[in-house]
Amino acid sequence: MALLEVKNLHVSVEDEDIEILKGVDLTLDTGEVHAIMGPNGSGKSTLAAVLAGREEYVVTQGEILYDGEDLLELEAEERAEKGVFLAFQYPVELPGVSMTNFLREAVNAVREARGEEELGAGDFLKLVRERAKLVDLSADLTKRSVNEGFSGGEKKRNEIFQLAMLEPRLAILDETDSGLDIDALRQVSDGVNKLRSDDRGFLVITHYQRLLDYIVPDHVHVMVDGRVVRSGDKNLAVQLEEKGYEWVREEAAAAA
Amino acid sequence: MPTTLDTSAPAKDRFLSAFEMSNGQALNGKNASISSHREAAIQRFAELGVPTNKLEAWKYTDISKIVDREYTLPLSMNVPDVDASDLDDVLIEDLDAHRVVTVNGRVHNGLSDIGTLPDGVVVSSLADAGANHPDIVEAHYGKYADFEDEAMTALNTAFVQDGLFVYVPSGTAVEKPIYAVHLTVSDADVMIQPRHLFVVEDGGIATIIEMQHTLTDARVFTNTVREAYVGARGNLDHYIGQVESDASSQVQTTAAYHEDNSVFSTNTITLSGEMVRNNLTITPDGEFCESNLYGLYLGKDQMHVDNQTLVDHVHADCVSNELYKNVLNDASKGVFNGKVFVRPDSQRINAYQSNKSIVLSNEANMYTKPELEIYADDVQCSHGATSGQLDEEGIFYLRSRGLSEKRARILMLQAFAQDIVDEIRVDALREHMTHRLRERFASYFDRSE
Repeated sequence: MALLEVKNLHVSVEDEDIEILKGVDLTLDTGEVHAIMGPNGSGKSTLAAVLAGREEYVVTQGEILYDGEDLLELEAEERAEKGVFLAFQYPVELPGVSMTNFLREAVNAVREARGEEELGAGDFLKLVRERAKLVDLSADLTKRSVNEGFSGGEKKRNEIFQLAMLEPRLAILDETDSGLDIDALRQVSDGVNKLRSDDRGFLVITHYQRLLDYIVPDHVHVMVDGRVVRSGDKNLAVQLEEKGYEWVREEAAAAA
Repeated sequence: MPTTLDTSAPAKDRFLSAFEMSNGQALNGKNASISSHREAAIQRFAELGVPTNKLEAWKYTDISKIVDREYTLPLSMNVPDVDASDLDDVLIEDLDAHRVVTVNGRVHNGLSDIGTLPDGVVVSSLADAGANHPDIVEAHYGKYADFEDEAMTALNTAFVQDGLFVYVPSGTAVEKPIYAVHLTVSDADVMIQPRHLFVVEDGGIATIIEMQHTLTDARVFTNTVREAYVGARGNLDHYIGQVESDASSQVQTTAAYHEDNSVFSTNTITLSGEMVRNNLTITPDGEFCESNLYGLYLGKDQMHVDNQTLVDHVHADCVSNELYKNVLNDASKGVFNGKVFVRPDSQRINAYQSNKSIVLSNEANMYTKPELEIYADDVQCSHGATSGQLDEEGIFYLRSRGLSEKRARILMLQAFAQDIVDEIRVDALREHMTHRLRERFASYFDRSE
């Protein structure tokens, strides 16, 4: 049984009759990194949002199985407890919400769901220092309000830092590379590579092939107009970079 | 004997006849300056009458329906018994302070624990101060709380009997906070009119905490007037916690006046009450004054809380900071009317005003009206008012990391209130309020589940 099975997924926006995902199929297992590429508006981020449990989308057809369980039945926090993690494309600033307090509560919620002991203050801070190093995030940033006053790169590194703290089984990275300078791109990618493991799967959503030079995927899927139109290995990303999205778009149109 | 107000007569006439009956007897007092204001005050009240919502200043707050009840006016010197254990229940834990307890507006020496004060500092009843320090009372009493346009201040001034008196002499620092525990105790519906006077002379430093409690289920209406004077280079840090019963209402008028290089800060946290109206007027009358006004109101059920503030910049080179926040749940209502007035010669004023509200339910309402009136040209002033809901994107972010929806909402509300709580510089009070806020926020979501 795969970690994640998306079957014929159709998704619309709530209150609107616009279908964004038009039958997505995807199977991902632990130990694997899958990249989803595609032009703007192809539905990549919608797929990430639906996996994480955003409520403004309506699934009209199809199913998502996570460890064989119906993921769509679970609230966002229940998904987090079961090991689903979404690194946001636009991490939210939360003035007044202390990073340390929030994260400790999050870590302990997830640990409790896994049947593990709550982390005491000392052990927690030790873990913070250790995991912050993975993405070169200054431990001082964890003393501030969540994302408040963080630079773009710091926000994205903070997402990967939280990923490292929560130790999910399925990590979804929604355009984590967008807007990063080359140093931050390296720091984020290094962090992700260190977190790759046999019991964790990654779904990396990106617009550009460049991220995949740093995070080398096992599988690449190309989404166009709400469907996965082509899947392959890492070479597909290189081809895509050379030929552009028009190539797969035309191919998809020809097949339809 | 207490006087019961007969509701068959119009509200105004009831007070006028109660005054007739009591003047010169229950209202005699020991101080000439307090007595000397009574006649003029009752005459002005007779002209103004009880405020109704036909007046612009009372548009959203119909206090007349609260005033128009059959209250007992306790005008005698007798104070009901209060068990020490009842007091213990409301005291702030670990607050090392000069504690003064008032019962129905009168200082209760038996329950107070004022301790040792620095030389010359006075913490007593206003009635005693009238007898023991007539010169100080004469110099300040009735000088700041103008009743010309304020019927409720006129009413209070006509009926003044007692309240809290604090005096800090020149250059004296009171290290521990002065902690006033105001208790209202009565079997019958009751109306009380406390009158407080705080005088901090030049270079004096003090912190005054006032917590308002009611130890009864009866309906209570309190009409408080408070005057505060801070001399040059002085500093008065003032806190009010409004934590009365749900059957309690009040009109509370604070008039503060401060001089060159002084700081006056006041922070009002309102957690309960049927109808609460806070009038706050600050007049920084000297150069380089700093005035800080903070307020937090957490509405529930049918609560109605109205904060009216005025900073009157009559002098150049001053700074005022104002931040009021509201969280409204259930069918609660909030009103904020903040005015900053900069007089023609008051140049180089920095005045900041902000009112922010989170409205959690469809039945709750917030009315806000920030006003700047600026007649000087070299000033920096800003004001802003926002009303909205909790940021759903932020809540989803927290939930996506494993926090329940309830915890996410509580965290967001705590974060919203945090900058008011952070302005509390007394650790024990800050912790006490943090705990009360947390309980309130949790209760918002427990009921709806």
